[in-house]
Amino acid sequence: MIIPASELRKGIRLKIDNEPYVITEFNFVKPGKGQALYRTKLKNMVTGSQFERSFRSVDTFETADLREKKMQYLYKEGDKYCFMDNENYEQIYLTEAQVGDAVNFLIDNIEVEILLFEDNPIGISLPNFVELIVTEAEPWAKGDTAAGSTKPVKVQTGYTILVPTFVTEGEKIRIDTRTGEYLTRVKG
Amino acid sequence: MIDPTPYTSRALPLKYFEKLYKNMNEFHQDDHFYLARKSQTLQARANLIQNIRLFFTRYGFLEVETPLRIPSPAPEENIEALPSGNWFLQTSPEICMKRLLAAGYNRIFQISKCFRADERGDKHLPEFTMLEWYVAQYDYHQLMDQCQELIKSLAGDMGFVREFMWHNKKINLALPWERISVANAFLKYAPVTLEESLAQNEFDEILVDYIEPHLGINRPVFLYDYPAGLASLARLKENNPAISERFELYIAGLEIANGFSELIDAREQKQRFEEALRTRASKNLARYTMPEKFLLSLDALPPCAGIALGIDRLVMIFAGKEKIDDVVAFTPETL
Repeated sequence: MIIPASELRKGIRLKIDNEPYVITEFNFVKPGKGQALYRTKLKNMVTGSQFERSFRSVDTFETADLREKKMQYLYKEGDKYCFMDNENYEQIYLTEAQVGDAVNFLIDNIEVEILLFEDNPIGISLPNFVELIVTEAEPWAKGDTAAGSTKPVKVQTGYTILVPTFVTEGEKIRIDTRTGEYLTRVKG
Repeated sequence: MIDPTPYTSRALPLKYFEKLYKNMNEFHQDDHFYLARKSQTLQARANLIQNIRLFFTRYGFLEVETPLRIPSPAPEENIEALPSGNWFLQTSPEICMKRLLAAGYNRIFQISKCFRADERGDKHLPEFTMLEWYVAQYDYHQLMDQCQELIKSLAGDMGFVREFMWHNKKINLALPWERISVANAFLKYAPVTLEESLAQNEFDEILVDYIEPHLGINRPVFLYDYPAGLASLARLKENNPAISERFELYIAGLEIANGFSELIDAREQKQRFEEALRTRASKNLARYTMPEKFLLSLDALPPCAGIALGIDRLVMIFAGKEKIDDVVAFTPETL
């Protein structure tokens, strides 16, 4: 879709040089009797790089074709990760690079949103919280005050996380996927 | 606005962008609460407007009211009038006020709403409040002096006697205020000269990016002697037709007022209007008709100067607000 400069806002996603960008800052400026200028800061949604540019009211823009698809993580095959669309059972494969840090929280059948730019997956977002089992942890004895208040443990995905010292191997913990930090132990 | 980057994805989920998009000028659910919170600012605004009236009345000015809905806006390249039926809402009361001047009303002022399409931002509202005043036998230098006097008087009324802060900038209204020509401002702050910027069609960008941020810091500044051709109703300098007798007042980088010695040559005014109408037509902008009655009145218009001052902008400075939304009771988005 082509939009005029007057419809630009913060948060609008544009296609520039075949890549998706989001406007992170937007200011309308108009020097007296002069023409309207739209000063924007644009962030590349794939690489994260930013740049600033001023546009004029005659400029037009192409909006980026971005969609989110709810998918389920199935398994890893070689260095590819397989996701399935629950509605039409369509399967797509993401590379390690596309999955990025999300690999730390991928467990079987976890529901994610795959971000597609023109039908190409460019990113993945997880639910805010995920529950993982601690697979490796140093043992802890009650009353052991010589150790510090936190210790690093490994969870089922291979991710290492700092947890309070009372967390033991085999326990399930809830992690905030936005910060990567421990929240609480989970029963059952 | 914080950019919320989730730990695990390089691409942000779309719902974050929806939130960014909605935050801009959003309508708050607790409307009455946000309205109530504006009471100090709205009181300051009301006081300011009363003091403006007292100032002009004291100096023998007549307050006038001219129609908001007019058949022919003064044709300008960069200002779009909002249509009202098959007429238009005024972008400025200039045309009618000059007709009053031509009829012998030598000192007039008006506080009125002006309407401009597609102007919305932190410092812009499509409907805003303008103070305009005109003085027969004045030129733009005398008008600058009078503008200074008005604002200092208003500051005094509001209790601003010393330096005060606005948007992390120190403002000191003590005289003398700075005056700098556009050409010199380019030499001082811009990477190119005034002529080069005009030749490369980048005058506005350079002004906004390099010059405006420096204007009116510490002391207010009048930027004057603009290049000819930018303001169709301003008189050119007698000994230098490349320069308009026009000025703008900046306080802390914020544009506050625009004034000039008025063009009183009917033939030249008509030519300029015709050129503006042609440019508008070439850009497929809305068609305006020629303001014929205004042109006729120019034969009787005495030498004079006039100025337009953004009242909302002035309230922003005195009330310490950085967004124009905060100095009006309602923005279009809250209606």
